[in-house]
Parts: sequence; structure tokens; C-alpha cells
Amino acid sequence: MRIDVDLAALGRTKWHEYAIRFVFGGSVTALAGIIAAKYGPALGGLFLACPAIFPASATLIDKHERQRKEKLGLNGTNRGRQAASADAAGSAIGSVGLFIFALVTWKLLPQHNVWMVLTLSTLFWLLTCASLWHLRKRDQMLKNRFFKVINFK
Amino acid sequence: MKEILIRFLVGGAVVSLFAALGDLFRPKSFAGLFGAAPAVALATLSLTIADKTTSYATTESHSMIAGALAFFIYASCVSWVLMHHKLNVFLAATAAVPVWFRVALGFWRIWLN
Repeated sequence: MRIDVDLAALGRTKWHEYAIRFVFGGSVTALAGIIAAKYGPALGGLFLACPAIFPASATLIDKHERQRKEKLGLNGTNRGRQAASADAAGSAIGSVGLFIFALVTWKLLPQHNVWMVLTLSTLFWLLTCASLWHLRKRDQMLKNRFFKVINFK
Repeated sequence: MKEILIRFLVGGAVVSLFAALGDLFRPKSFAGLFGAAPAVALATLSLTIADKTTSYATTESHSMIAGALAFFIYASCVSWVLMHHKLNVFLAATAAVPVWFRVALGFWRIWLN
């Protein structure tokens, strides 16, 4: 399946939508720091994998998809919800990458340069996510082809 | 107070950057990968290392493992609920955040603490 880059999407997002995500992200980062300072880094660390901007992002996707359908004179409620559901499924795959990020950072941080470790962990996150996403899509396509053949026969 | 403000600004900037990256891609399932980007982790760990010891950041990243496992359950639940029920997206995604916290705390207590 092809991955497209849609630069115009940046223009479709309004400034207040950027601001909402900034506030969500900043608040969770500040909260992680406050909890770590008060209850220790072990508890504060949980918030490093908090679904910080997910509710805001999913809501924006739902809104944008609905508006696209409504411009065509259609009711986009279901389409918006389906797009948000697909986004959540993608985030579930992304969380496996997040798990790998945490694992690599935890294992390498005590012995290696900090910036090298963070760069490597981010690369591992990206590679894990992209590979899992690709495998899932390929699996779906194979299933679809199989059912097409069965129906044809 | 100054430290919290710096965390807020750096965290907000990094999270916004990853969110904007997510906006660029289609299909939406691929863009969703950026919803679980290590944005908060990158901002927090960078600031922690600049301010505190490496062992402090190592402990944080150890706990993050439990948070990431809980995120997987959270995102899977939200995806399933939105696909099968006619719920408001913001409501479903926000109402499930306490589930993330409970699960993360459970994993942390059982395996990591």
C-alpha cells in the first residue's frame, strides 16, 4: 500500500488546533516532571508513554473527515469515526514502537552517550512502527485476495 | 516553577512537531503511528539528563515500558469501540485515559516495581 504525503494538510489545520495539541503535549510533559519530582522517577516514567495528544488528534481527524464528506453533500459522521478508529489502530502499532523505544533507552542509557541513545531509540521506534504497519497491510491485502479467489470459484 | 515552564514549552513544541508530521501522511492508519510517537519521552528525557543524573533517566525509561504496554491496550480499545459503537470520538478517547493509567500502574506494580 502506498504512503502519500499531503503537504496541504498542514494548511487545513487551524492555528487553534495546533495550540490545543501544544497545550496537551506541554501539560503532560510538565505533569510527568511534577509527578517524578513528587513521587520519584519510577512513577513519573509511566507518563512518558501517556496518550498525551491522542484524544485531540483523533478528534481533529474525525472533524476533518466529516467536513470533507459534508462538502460533498454527504453525512460524514460514520466516515469521521472510522478514520479516528483507523488512527487509533495505527497508534496501537505505534505503541509497540514506543515499547521498543523504552527498552532500548533503558538498556543503553547507563553505558552510552545520551544523544546517541535517544537518536538510536527514535530510529528503532520508527523502524518497528513502519515494519509492523507494512506487515499488517500486506496481511490484509493477502486476505482480501484470498477471499476474492474463493468467491470467484 | 521555571523548570515546569521549560518542560511545558519544550514538551509542547516536540509533541506539536510529531503531531504535524502525523497530519502529513495518508492513509490514516499510518498517520496514527505518530499518535504514539515518543514525543513526551524525548522532551522529558532530554531535560532530565540536562538537569539530573543518567540513573534517574534510566529509571524513567524503565517505567515507560509499562506505560507503552498500557498504551497498546488503550489504543486497541479505542479503535474497537469507535469501529463498533456510535460514540463521540473525543468522549471515547478521553474516557479511556483512566483505563491507560490503571493498566500502566498495574503493569508497573506487577513487573517493574
